[in-house]
Amino acid sequence: MSFNRSNLCWLALALITAGYLLFWALLLGATAAYSTPDSWLQVLRSPEILHATFLSLVTCSFAAGFALLLAVPVGYLMTRLEFRGKSWLDAALDIPIILPPLVVGLCLLIFFQTKIGKVIEMAIPFTYQVTGVVLAQFVVAAAFAIRTMRGTFQHLSARPEDVALTLGCTRFQALWHVALPAARRGMVAAFCIAWARSLGEFGPILVFAGATRMKTEVLPTTVWLELSVGNLEAAVAVSLFMVLLAVLVLVAVRATGEKV
Amino acid sequence: MIQLEHITWSVSSRTILDQVSVAIPANTYAVLMGPTGCGKTTLLEILCGLRRATAGRVLLDGVDVTDLEPRERGIGYVPQDLALFPGLRVREQIGFAPKLRGMAPDALNQRVNRLAEQFGIAPLLDRLPDMLSGGEKQRVALARALAAQPKLLLLDEPLSALDESMRAEAMVLLQRVQQEHALTVLHVTHSSSEAAALGTLHLRMVAGRLVVESQG
Repeated sequence: MSFNRSNLCWLALALITAGYLLFWALLLGATAAYSTPDSWLQVLRSPEILHATFLSLVTCSFAAGFALLLAVPVGYLMTRLEFRGKSWLDAALDIPIILPPLVVGLCLLIFFQTKIGKVIEMAIPFTYQVTGVVLAQFVVAAAFAIRTMRGTFQHLSARPEDVALTLGCTRFQALWHVALPAARRGMVAAFCIAWARSLGEFGPILVFAGATRMKTEVLPTTVWLELSVGNLEAAVAVSLFMVLLAVLVLVAVRATGEKV
Repeated sequence: MIQLEHITWSVSSRTILDQVSVAIPANTYAVLMGPTGCGKTTLLEILCGLRRATAGRVLLDGVDVTDLEPRERGIGYVPQDLALFPGLRVREQIGFAPKLRGMAPDALNQRVNRLAEQFGIAPLLDRLPDMLSGGEKQRVALARALAAQPKLLLLDEPLSALDESMRAEAMVLLQRVQQEHALTVLHVTHSSSEAAALGTLHLRMVAGRLVVESQG
């Protein structure tokens, strides 16, 4: 009797899961059925979309690379060192995840109007530039990369690093020679997650870098620009292309054994 | 000679090690016993510098090393889980410390091969840790520690993961290694038979204090 009840419980849970997945399949199916593969290809071959695609791939790669460079030391610090106020710092590192995206863009825009921001812009111009796209992608992607690296280091025992210290390593050498080689799958996952997050970034880019065609236009801004002029077919084609890229990233992350 | 002077370790207002003092002469095989959670591992970590004592001093051959980094103490440490480096082959594990010190490739190979022969792991030099048995891992961890040519070797329950037959073999190996390398060894164990077979100095942790039970 209890066996049957248990089966019924699993069946109900499976139905809820299947219902959710079906909902997503219907969403994507409806989007895909809106136009034909021929028209997708035609849209994706246009110079503006090719430029936006190229810019997206380049800026996402730079943003993810910078995010990883930040995430490794921060993730290591947050897992290996106990200090007062750590839980506050931990919460602060998640702020970009919970902030509304437009607010992040607004913060960037206002910061670069301050004296410090203007000095920085004298060396590297950011506002309404391609570098601004990378920065807008980086600020949010870095928070996700840090979260991934923190999880990676938490799962790795600190013992091998302790032994390395007794064998003659400095703390930096223990990180470089022992922790990093052990964390390489997590680093790949952090890069992929940061890359995927950057690819979907829209609000901060729109506010901080603008949506200038053939200049700062990336794929999410293309979707918005095409929608705003009523070209739904182009918006659909670009959206489906972004779904394909996101799925590829998800597969890559899963191949590393990490979870998004 | 290792000297611990009034070593105290407190955490969250609870004293784990209470004024621990002991002197272990050079070339001694000391075994340390005590119940789980009594602070044996903490004491080893304080000795090799991985943990800072709340109070007290650590002296090696009369030199106060209390404020020295682990790498400056010349102490070999083999933790309970052996802590082999993930992703490094046996050859790289053993050669880790000499390479770090800038040893020339020829001399490095010689030292790795000599230790591998001594520990009977020469055929395993190109294997990763995942491809080693418990006994093989233990030999690699010992060889890795000895490649740094320490004066003192700290062993934290190194035989606990081995079955009976391998444990007997490993005990013979440990005795041989201690004599051949003229090492001072501090070996933490729960096993009375292991302590009896290996130790020339028997120590026991009792209520945060270290008691010398017998000296051979």
